[in-house]
Amino acid sequence: MSEQQAPLAAEGPETAPTATEGSRSAPSRLREAGVAAAMYLGCIIVALFASALIVWATGGSWQAVFSALLDGSLRAPGRWGETIGIAIPLVVVALGTAINGRAGVVNIGQEGQVMMGTAFATYVGVNLGGPGPIVVVCLLIVGALAGAMWAGIASWLLYWRRVPEVLTTLLLITVASQATGYALKVDWLLLAPFRADRSVRNQVSEQLATDTRLPRIDIWGNDFPISAIAVVLMAVIVFLLFKRSVWGFRMRMLGRNARTATRAGVSTVKYGTNAMLISGACAGLAGALMLSGGDFGNYRFTPGFANNIGWEGLLVALVARSHPVGIVVVGFSFAGLRAGSGFLAATGVEREISQVVLALLVLALLVPPAILFIRERRRALAATRART
Amino acid sequence: MGDFFSAIGDVVTNEVTYSGAMRFAALLAFAAIGETIAEKAGTLNISLEGMVLGGAFAGALGMHLTESVTVGLVFASVIGIIVASVQANMSHRLTANQFVVGLALNTLVLGIASFLNTSIQPVTRAAHRFEIPGVSELPLIGDALFNQPWPLYLVYPMIPAAWWLLYRTRWGLEVRAVGENPQSADVSGIDVNKRRRESIYIAGLTSGLGGGYLVLGQIGRFEDAVVGGQGFIAIAAVIFGGWTMRGVIGGCLLFGTVNSFRLTLPTVGHELNSELLSAAPFVVTIVTVTFFAHRTREPRALAQPFVRGLT
Repeated sequence: MSEQQAPLAAEGPETAPTATEGSRSAPSRLREAGVAAAMYLGCIIVALFASALIVWATGGSWQAVFSALLDGSLRAPGRWGETIGIAIPLVVVALGTAINGRAGVVNIGQEGQVMMGTAFATYVGVNLGGPGPIVVVCLLIVGALAGAMWAGIASWLLYWRRVPEVLTTLLLITVASQATGYALKVDWLLLAPFRADRSVRNQVSEQLATDTRLPRIDIWGNDFPISAIAVVLMAVIVFLLFKRSVWGFRMRMLGRNARTATRAGVSTVKYGTNAMLISGACAGLAGALMLSGGDFGNYRFTPGFANNIGWEGLLVALVARSHPVGIVVVGFSFAGLRAGSGFLAATGVEREISQVVLALLVLALLVPPAILFIRERRRALAATRART
Repeated sequence: MGDFFSAIGDVVTNEVTYSGAMRFAALLAFAAIGETIAEKAGTLNISLEGMVLGGAFAGALGMHLTESVTVGLVFASVIGIIVASVQANMSHRLTANQFVVGLALNTLVLGIASFLNTSIQPVTRAAHRFEIPGVSELPLIGDALFNQPWPLYLVYPMIPAAWWLLYRTRWGLEVRAVGENPQSADVSGIDVNKRRRESIYIAGLTSGLGGGYLVLGQIGRFEDAVVGGQGFIAIAAVIFGGWTMRGVIGGCLLFGTVNSFRLTLPTVGHELNSELLSAAPFVVTIVTVTFFAHRTREPRALAQPFVRGLT
C-alpha cells in the first residue's frame, strides 16, 4: 500500500511539469500570483460567510461571534501570548507531519502520539528526582521517544505485514486514549496520591514541580513558554532539511515516486520508517511541551489533555502543504481560532462553532490549489496538442 | 486463566451477546457495504465516520420534526449523500487530497452536529421491535437475527443488492475497473472520476442510513459521541474482509461480536477493566488485519487520485 499511496500533502501546482513553463514572461507570472491570491481570499470569505450563516440560522449574532473570536485571540490583553502558547504544539505536530507527508507515508494518528508522549513525559517529570533543568530535558526526550514508539508500531506493521498505515495510526489513537486513561486510574502509574484537593474519582496526575516547568517569557503582559523560540528554530531546521540536504531530497523523491526512488538506491523501508518515527517523535514532543509549558491542563495530565491538538496539527500541515513557513502561519491562525473560542461563552453561541469555522476554512483552502492545478493541467495538455 | 475461559463460556452461551453483536455488526455493515463500493472504485473514504455521524444527527432531527422513524431514516440518508457529495466533488472533481477532505469533513460534521444538537436538542424515541414469527424461535441466534428494531432489517437486502450492483452490472464492472487501473478505464471510455463520485454517493447513502439506524434503532437518542470511531472500524472491516462482500460482512460480525463481549461480560458477573475492554475492539482489529490482510490485495489504484495525462 505504501508504495502506491498518494503523498498525503502532495504539492499540487508545482508537481505538474508544464510545457509552457520556460516561455512564460514575468508579468503573466505576476498575474498568476494575483489570481491565486484573489482565489484564496475569495475562498476564505466564502468559508467565513458560511459559518456566519450557520450562526445566523440558529439565532446568534455573527458580528458578536467574530468580534469575540478576535478579542479572544489577539485584541484582549494577554491573549496573543495565549495564542502563541497554543500554537507551539500545533506547529511541532505539523512539522513532524510535514516530514512524513514529504516521504509519502501517511500518519493520521498524531492525537494518540501526543497522548502517549504526554503520559510518558508526566511519568518522568513526576518521578525522576534531580535538578529541575535536567528533569525537563529528560521529560521532553522521553515524550518524543514515546510518540516515536507509538508511530513506530504502525510503521513496523506496515513494512512487516503490509498493514495500511492509515488504518493502524487511526486505530491506535483510541488505544492510546484508553491506555493513558487506564494509567490515570492506578497509583503506581500516573494517578496522583489522594489529597483533600482531589475528589476520589478524578483521573488526574500529580502536578509538575515548579522547577521542572519550562520558563515563561513575558512581553507586555503576554506570557508564553520559551519553547516558542525553539519551535521557530525547528521550523527553520526543517526548512533547510527540505531545501538543502540530501536526506530531505531522498525523502521527497520517495514521496513523489517510490519506484524511481528505489531504483536510485533510496530504501523505502529505511526512509519510510525514519519519516514515521520522526513524525511520531514530533507529536510526542508536542505533548511533552504542552505539559511542561503550562498553557494546557495547568501542568497536570488528565484524560482529555490532548484536546484535539494532534488532529488540528495534522490539519495545519495539510493546509500549509507541508511547507515549514506556511505551517508557522497557519498554526498561529488555528491557534488564534482556538484561543478565541474561549471568549464565545459571552455571546451565547456554543463554542463548537469554532470547530465548524476551522473545518470550513480547511475545506475552502483546499479549493484554490486544486483549481490552479487543474488549470495548469489543461494548459499543458493544450500545449502538447498544439505541438503535435 | 480458568476464570477467563469460564467468562468466555458464560458469554458465548448467552443470547444477549448475540443480539448485541448483531446490532453492532449491523451498524458496521451499513457503513462497510458502502465503503466497499467506494474502495473498489479507488477511494479510501475517511469521511465515513462523518457520514455516519451526519446520518445519526439527521435521523434524530427528522424524528424530532415529524415523530416518524421512516422520515428520520430518509433524512439520514439524504444527509449522508450531502456529506458524500462534498467528499466526492472535492476529491474527484477538484482532485484535492482525499484524506484531507475526509478529515476536514469529519471535523465539520462533528462541529455542526454538536452545535445544532445543543441549540435544537431533538427529542427522539427508539423504533419498535419487530419480531419475525417462526424463525425468531431458533435457539441462540433466533432473537439476534429476527427480533430486532425494524430499521436493522434494511441491512439484509442491502448486502445481496450491493453484491449484485458490484459484480453483476455494467456499472459495477466499470467501478472495479476504475479502482484497478484508472488509465486503462479512461482509455476505454469510462469517466473515471464520475464513477468514483457515484460510488462515494452510494457510500454516503448506506452509511447515512447506518447513522439513522444507530440513533433510531439502537440507542434512541443523539449524543456527540454516539458514533465514537465505529466508522473507522467499518473501514477496518473492509480491509479485513479483503474487499470482498463475504469477507467484509464477516469482519463486521467479528468486530460486532468483540464489541458486544465488552457489554455482556459485566452483566454475566465478570469484572474486567473498562478501559482495556474499550480498547479491545481496536486492538483485535489491528491484530487480525496484521495476520490476514497480506493474503488479499487491495484495489490497485486505492487512494490514488486520477488526473488524465498524469502518470
